[in-house]
Amino acid sequence: MENHTILEMRSITKEFPGVKALSDVSITVRAGEIHAICGENGAGKSTLMKVLSGLYPYGDYSGSIIFQGSEVQFKDIRSSEAAGIVIIHQELALIPELSIAENIFLGNEPTRFGVIDWDKVNRETLELMARVGLSEHPTTKIKDIGVGKQQLVEIAKALSKSVKLLILDEPTAALNETDSQHLLDLMSGLRSKGISCIMISHKLNEIEQIADSITIIRDGKSIETLHVKEDGVDEDRIIRGMVGRSLESRFPEHTPKLGEVFFEVRDWTVGHPSVPDRLVAKGSNFSVRRGEIVGFAGLMGAGRTELARSVFGRSYGNFKSGQIFINGKEVTLKSVPQAIEAGLAYVTEDRKSLGLNLLDDIKSTTVSANLKKITRNLVVDKDEEYKIAEEYRKSLRTKTPSVNEGVAKLSGGNQQKVVLSKWMFTDPELLILDEPTRGIDVGAKFEIYGIIQRLASQGKGVIVISSELPELLGLSDRIYTIFEGAITGEIAREDASQESLMKLMTASKKAA
Amino acid sequence: MNSLKKIFGGDTRQFGMIFALIALVIFFQWQTGGKTLTSGNMMNLFNGNSYILILAIGMVLVIIAGHIDLSVGSVAAFAGIVVAIAMRDWGLPWFGGILVGLLLGALIGAWQGFWVAYVGIPAFIVTLAGMLLFRGANQFVGKSNTVPVPEGFQYIGSGYLPEVGPVTGYNNLTVLLGLLLVAFVIYSELRSRKRLARVGAEVPEMWVSLVKVGLISAAILYATYLFATGRPGTSFPIPGLILGALVVIFGFISNKTIAGRHVYAVGGNRHAAELSGVQSKKVNFMVMMNMSILAALAGMIFVGRSTASGPFDGVGWELDAIAAVFIGGAAVTGGVGTVIGSIIGGLVMAVLNNGLQLLGIGADMTQIIKGLVLLVAVAFDVYNKTQGKPSITGLLTRNFGNKSKPDLPSEVRSPDSEQSISTKEVISKS
Repeated sequence: MENHTILEMRSITKEFPGVKALSDVSITVRAGEIHAICGENGAGKSTLMKVLSGLYPYGDYSGSIIFQGSEVQFKDIRSSEAAGIVIIHQELALIPELSIAENIFLGNEPTRFGVIDWDKVNRETLELMARVGLSEHPTTKIKDIGVGKQQLVEIAKALSKSVKLLILDEPTAALNETDSQHLLDLMSGLRSKGISCIMISHKLNEIEQIADSITIIRDGKSIETLHVKEDGVDEDRIIRGMVGRSLESRFPEHTPKLGEVFFEVRDWTVGHPSVPDRLVAKGSNFSVRRGEIVGFAGLMGAGRTELARSVFGRSYGNFKSGQIFINGKEVTLKSVPQAIEAGLAYVTEDRKSLGLNLLDDIKSTTVSANLKKITRNLVVDKDEEYKIAEEYRKSLRTKTPSVNEGVAKLSGGNQQKVVLSKWMFTDPELLILDEPTRGIDVGAKFEIYGIIQRLASQGKGVIVISSELPELLGLSDRIYTIFEGAITGEIAREDASQESLMKLMTASKKAA
Repeated sequence: MNSLKKIFGGDTRQFGMIFALIALVIFFQWQTGGKTLTSGNMMNLFNGNSYILILAIGMVLVIIAGHIDLSVGSVAAFAGIVVAIAMRDWGLPWFGGILVGLLLGALIGAWQGFWVAYVGIPAFIVTLAGMLLFRGANQFVGKSNTVPVPEGFQYIGSGYLPEVGPVTGYNNLTVLLGLLLVAFVIYSELRSRKRLARVGAEVPEMWVSLVKVGLISAAILYATYLFATGRPGTSFPIPGLILGALVVIFGFISNKTIAGRHVYAVGGNRHAAELSGVQSKKVNFMVMMNMSILAALAGMIFVGRSTASGPFDGVGWELDAIAAVFIGGAAVTGGVGTVIGSIIGGLVMAVLNNGLQLLGIGADMTQIIKGLVLLVAVAFDVYNKTQGKPSITGLLTRNFGNKSKPDLPSEVRSPDSEQSISTKEVISKS
């Protein structure tokens, strides 16, 4: 392998209002290698790739990028592509209704006298498809081929732009075993032809299998770069690098008072809403005690949210089979109103698009899931509404001039408090909190932890879904791990560590 | 300026729309040499526009929920012809005719609501189909003929409040109506002061309330005077009465009931609403059905006024109704709008129409002017929103409707917003 450097990113710092997403990150990629970037969710991997691909233009960040020996300043994606850097995002950027050939040459169509030269398009598409091992007809529509093949089309598209450095963000996240292996083989093939790759992945076994070197990013900083062969890196080594921070005392004091099991889910199986044969939950079993905080650990896309939402009145996916028991009695919750009626509450991970009506104000949001309670003779009692919103504002210490303010004006932490108050007002027995502290600053996190613990002390069951392992370890009494729709483990807090969880979450071969 | 702010609460610009309406009335009053504010003209204005305003009431709910209804003109025409034929051929009395019309409206609404809510076809398509379908049905049923309606039925379209009680020189019922309205304005102001005091919010000074109530009462009393002193046999028109009742009912529903809240919730963020237990399909079905019932009612009032149902009734009404709703501050994307705002929007168009007619300006210029007014009103709104300032028409109706939505801060609307949202995704996803 050649040892000269194709890319060097030096001291990249990128700030968003209030957050330092990247601070002093450096990374060096050698020519003709596959370089993996590892880190927890939120560590800053995708931000770094957006800086590199010009999505965050020069001037938006500080630091320098040296590509093929000279410093580059990309204004946009076009300019980085012109230099030979192509990024393939996790969500594929293909147009379903257009053909493979049209997609490959979209925005880059060869013309003769101003007219698209279809012969050339189809001829070159065939060549490109042969290079990535696709045997479809060039005029096949994207929507008619599977995700695995779509991924290959993306790579073919990159090749058409004479790519020198290919960036793949979670390339195998949506693929099955066979397709993943095919893709990995293709990547080694490209490597042997001198194309360098940067690959972001959560699947450590794949990284171990294919990567030449690994840069670990944690909390927006580059921690270390490992050379797989030279350093004899294995999964354990990567995990240690990824999580290697100590548990700070970021949690309020709390002594759990556990009661009997009151909520139980058995053999819960749910199909994907649009892909017929894919299961998002595979025979999952779990239970919650009164006063217990149960953690759900899993990487992005593992099926945590899907599981929670399918339990919450089947609001996601195609229900296949399974039972729910509340206080030992089986219940059927076919709709969200039924689930709310049965004492369930679900706080979504996606506050802006699923949790809030951003046009609404605080007081009407607070009562919106339980309007019946403040309605007398058909009339929604606005005095009650104001009073209730005020009570929650005070008890949760939401920072706002008044409950008449629009929720869109609040910070993330205060929006989350409004969402929590909305669900607390339904007086639930079981609260499912999906990433309750996402996008929230440290101070507000501490307060939200306090609220969660207070709810548990009141004898309610709480399920916390989180990508942040320290959060789960600090908060939960018991933790389930989820990988690809299946529950892979159940660990009491005393026995759990970040390493043991990470192993179960990545279904590592060495799992206990 | 400061005192104005105190009287109307918050920003004086909130009242841009009402001021525009008043300015328009004064302008035409001056330009036509006093022909605008006369009993006869005011009655004409109400009689000639009530059906559009009734449509606007239904339309604003449809638009708040995030849909549109292009079929209202055709539905109105179809209901009109069926009712006219039912009364002529089956000998139904006028109230039987009204009942048949409303039932037919409900049926048509259920049909369109089914496709929109349960099959999931965009309302634009469903009602475009409905527009063709029911226009054709009108001409098929009526054989493209004009069918007259009996006198009793004409009352709902061109009747007036009757003369009762002692001879006072005024129409007694109209005067009574005006006085009741003034009493209600005073009562609700007192109640709102009490309520503010009870929940511990700031209560405006007494003189502010006095001036506010005084101004509104004066306007009501002047209108009462105009309507009560028309030529003999005229008074406050029945279509105006029906309109008034509908404004009160739908203002109440949209503002104070769970059903109303759910319409705003579905329009504002359907997924969030569903996850809060709102049955969005039911909501969508109901707003579409309600729209068609009101369209049928509007059609019957029009038939009553023009004494016969014809094959080209209601052509273009949908556009007038939609224009009124958007001038009244509703958002194309749903979630925003008020009943009262849409009525004001409709009145602006109506006064414009009426005034230009009185000035003898042709239909060609009138259309051009109306088109520009619609464009400018909404452009002004959009401009203010992109500047991060509150929307004029959106805020305008807050004091009346109480349900106007606070505007998104610039952070969410401005072009950077994509960035700031995706920022959070990046941070959480990577």
